[in-house]
This record gives sequence, C-alpha cells and structure tokens, in this order.
Amino acid sequence: MSAVRRVNSESRPVRWALLTLAFLFLFLFLGLPLLAVFAEALRQGFGPYAAALAEPDTLAAIRLTVVVALLVLPLNLVFGVAAAWAIAKFDFRGKSLLTTLIDLPFAVSPVVAGLLFILIFGRQGWFGPWLAEHDIKIIFALPGMIIATMFITVPYIARELIPLMQAQGKDEEEAAVSLGASGWQMFRRVSLPNIKWGLLYGVILANARAMGEFGAVSVVSGHVRGETNTLPLHVEILYNEYNSVGAFAAASVLGLLALVTLLAKTVVEWRMARETAMLNAELPPEKTDK
Amino acid sequence: MTTKKHRVLPGFGLSLGYSLVYLSLLVLIPLGGLIARSAQMSLAEFWAIATAERALAAYRVTFGCALLAAIVNAFFGLLVAWVLVRYDFWGKRFVDAFVDLPFALPTAVAGITLTTLYAANGWIGQYVEGVLGYKVAFAPPGIVVALIFIGIPFVVRTVQPVIEDIEPEVEEAAASLGATRAQTFVKVLLPTLFPALLTGFALSFSRAVGEYGSVIFIAGNMPMVSEITPLLIISKLEQYDVAGATVLAVVMLVISFVLLLGINLLQWWAANRHSGRHVDAGVQA
Repeated sequence: MSAVRRVNSESRPVRWALLTLAFLFLFLFLGLPLLAVFAEALRQGFGPYAAALAEPDTLAAIRLTVVVALLVLPLNLVFGVAAAWAIAKFDFRGKSLLTTLIDLPFAVSPVVAGLLFILIFGRQGWFGPWLAEHDIKIIFALPGMIIATMFITVPYIARELIPLMQAQGKDEEEAAVSLGASGWQMFRRVSLPNIKWGLLYGVILANARAMGEFGAVSVVSGHVRGETNTLPLHVEILYNEYNSVGAFAAASVLGLLALVTLLAKTVVEWRMARETAMLNAELPPEKTDK
Repeated sequence: MTTKKHRVLPGFGLSLGYSLVYLSLLVLIPLGGLIARSAQMSLAEFWAIATAERALAAYRVTFGCALLAAIVNAFFGLLVAWVLVRYDFWGKRFVDAFVDLPFALPTAVAGITLTTLYAANGWIGQYVEGVLGYKVAFAPPGIVVALIFIGIPFVVRTVQPVIEDIEPEVEEAAASLGATRAQTFVKVLLPTLFPALLTGFALSFSRAVGEYGSVIFIAGNMPMVSEITPLLIISKLEQYDVAGATVLAVVMLVISFVLLLGINLLQWWAANRHSGRHVDAGVQA
C-alpha cells in the first residue's frame, strides 16, 4: 500500500496505464497523421517529390496563399489592437456584447461564412447586378477569398490581446499621458512593448488559419488552377485527380507550416511566461521609487 | 467602482468606432443579409426545405458524428490533460506543444491524410478493415475520426489550466479522511473539473458541427448516409439553389448561436466557481 506515501498520485500501475493510453491516443490520432503526410509525399522518392513541388500550378498556389495571408493579417491586426484597446482600457455599455460579436466567426461554419459573401457579392446577391455592370469580380476571384479569410480570422488577434491588456490595466499608459506623452507616443513606447508577445502569438495563430483555411475559401474561390487556387484548394484538386504524390507534396508544405507554427507558438509562450515571471519577481517589494 | 471620472487615455472613440464599423461590415451585415434572404421565403417554404428528407439525414450525420467525437474527446482530452499536468516524462514539453497540431494543420491536409491512413490499404485501415472487417474511411466512422482529430485540443486546453489550479490540500484532505484514490477522483476532482470539461466538450462539439475540410475527403459523401450538412449546402450552391443553401445555413447558424450562448454560460459558471477560491487580484479596495 503506497497510499500513505503519495496520497496525491495514482499507484504506479495506474500511472503507467494512463500514460500508455494517452500516448497511444496521441500517436494514433496526431503523430501518425503527421508522419503520413511526409511519408506519402516521399513515397516515390525525393525526385518526384521535388518535381511535384516545382509544378507551376503548385508554386502559383503557394504564392496566392502567401498573398492572401499578407493582405488579411494587417487588416485583422489593426482591428485586433483597436478592439482590444477599447474593450480593455475603457468601460462602456454593451462591452460584453461586443466581445461576443468578435467571437461570432468562431461559431459559424466556414461553409456558411463563404455563403454569406455569395449572398452579398454573388450573381444573385445584393451587389451582384451592380458589380456585373461595372465588371468587378469579387466572388470566384481574389477579393472574395480575402474577405472570406478575413471573416474567419477576425477573432484570433483580438482574443489574444483582450485578456492580456485587461490584466495589464491602464496605470502605465495613464502615467505616460500625464507626463505629457502624445497618444501615439504612449502607444508606441508603453502599450506596444507590453503587448508585443501577445500580438505575435495572435498573428501566428491567425496566419496558420488564414493560410490553411479551406471551407470558406472553397465556397468563394473559382477553383481555377494557377489563378484562384490557394494551397489547400490545390491539395484537394490534386487529390481528386488521384495525383497522390502531388497532393501530399503540396500538403507537406502545409505540414511544415504547421510545424513552424507550433514551434513559433511554443517559443512565444515561453517568452511570455518568462516575462510574467520576471514581472512578478520585480513587483512584490512595492515599487515606490520617485 | 470609483466615481465617474474624466477619461485620461486617448483613443476611445477612434478604437471603438473603428472596431464597430469593421465588425459591422465584415460580420454583422453579412449575417443580417443571410437572415434577410431567408425571410423572403414563406414559413412553409422554409420549413419544407429545412426538413426535407435529405436535410434531416444530413443533420443526423452531422450531429451524431459530432456528438460521438466530442464524447471521445472529452474522455481522452481529460486523460491527456491529466497526464500532461500531473506526470513527469521525457519530452513532456514537446508533447504539450504537439497537442495543438490540429489547430495548426490545415483541415484539407488532415482530411487527405486520415483518409489515406484509414483506407482499406492504409497503415491503419489494413488492420481495421482488412482484419476486423470494419469500414472506417468512406463511411460515417471516418467522419468521427476526422472530428476527433479536429476537436481534441479544445478539451485539453480548457481542462489543463483547471487541473493545474487544483490545490494539493484538497486531495490530501480527501485521502486523509479515508477516501481511496478512485473515490477522490470521482467525488472531489471530477466535480471541480466538470465545468471546464463540459466547456471543452461543447467547444469540440461546436467546431465539429461546422467542420468541412477534413470531413469531405474521408466521409464518402453518400447522400442520406455520410453526407454532412455543410457539404449539402455546397452541393445546393453548385446547383444554383441559393435559396436552399440559405435555409440550411440559417438552420446551422441558429444551432451555432445556441451552442455559443451555452458555451458562454458554461464559462461564466466555471469562472464563478473558480473565483470562489482565488480572490481576484485585480479587485482593489
């Protein structure tokens, strides 16, 4: 009976069983799929893999994916900072409603998100006739894909920043302003350094989603190879053509993106934890200089 | 609450105004447009499309598979979170980071990979289908597998911080009063973890209901058998049946909102239970 020695833990066999079960689950459902992406891509060796990656359509898809992310992220970054600033630093009525509104895109199925913009910009949509008259293409073209991706990734950065900025309070900013800093100076010198890791964390997550989004983009994309195909859509096309090596080669690029995302995310988490720990270590003995 | 004072910090009007305009243009007006479009139909028309046989079958597949996956995830998510917090093992940080893989891996990649793994000649499929004779890929069980993959981090990440916060005294007290480890778990730990576990379950379920990318590859997509609601919306769109797609989208939207509301209530409940032990440091006299 080891109960006396370690009341807060399970007995050894139980611990072993739980660990084994958890590992088995993680291996089967997460580890094996990740391995399979690269194994399938390299199934016929490195030559066909490199050739598949060098396909002009695949390269075009990679380029488009990067372009969409580069256009979407800054917009959602500015929104995230603005929304978090308003919510975290001020009191106003309807604040919780606004927070819920920001979360809304998380709850909407990507396919429904895509449909929303078809109803507005599509041929039978509100602006459909006007757009057709002026020969502007939004749906089945790049603008539609950007708008749909923006919708999907709206919450990511704001959600990271709101709790962070709420926890930091507004003393430091108030001090800066009362010492005569302008709004922009205060933001750049005080707020931004405080939230930089949280901001980066949000951007990393938003980027992974923006580059990997499938459902919403699939609805509004024209699926034209080399033109309106992002990498995830290109994976689908190749897969449906039974071009397994091509599909998994393209998928392996996204798999690498996922690994880089996880790594970057973990590094940022460590940095944030370290800074919080340093801050807490500094704080307790009352900082009453001056 | 202090007395109302002049706002010291700048940018309230600008930041709030910008956020509201951005959200309205991107989220509110499009969602309103969807509702407005469906309101153009008569109730009878709406009802006929929403409850058509094929739609009902799609709801059954979508919600049935999502529910099964969420149950599996609640169990294994709790297990993984427990192991990550309580046990020490080599590579723990690595495993901890790895749990978020489904957040980082695009769904289409997950879809084609899981399909390849579970197909009759795949690494896993050759045993499950070849030896046991149980078809996973291109059948409803495949949908469940994809949704387990998509949903697992939600449960782990909601439950993990709560396990970290459990104070050892609680378990020591239970043990010193003569409870076995199993009794302590069921009577003391599980009730503490329950709100978080339920929230994780709901998040995983809610994500699974709307999931499209990973499912369509593995599902087989047979109408009435393995066709999920988002796919039915897309096939209606491809047949230029915008009205039909709109109706199904509204049905899904309403269900998502109910789930979101439920999740918010759950989190509020969990936070309130939580603050009983930890006095909020932000509240100053």
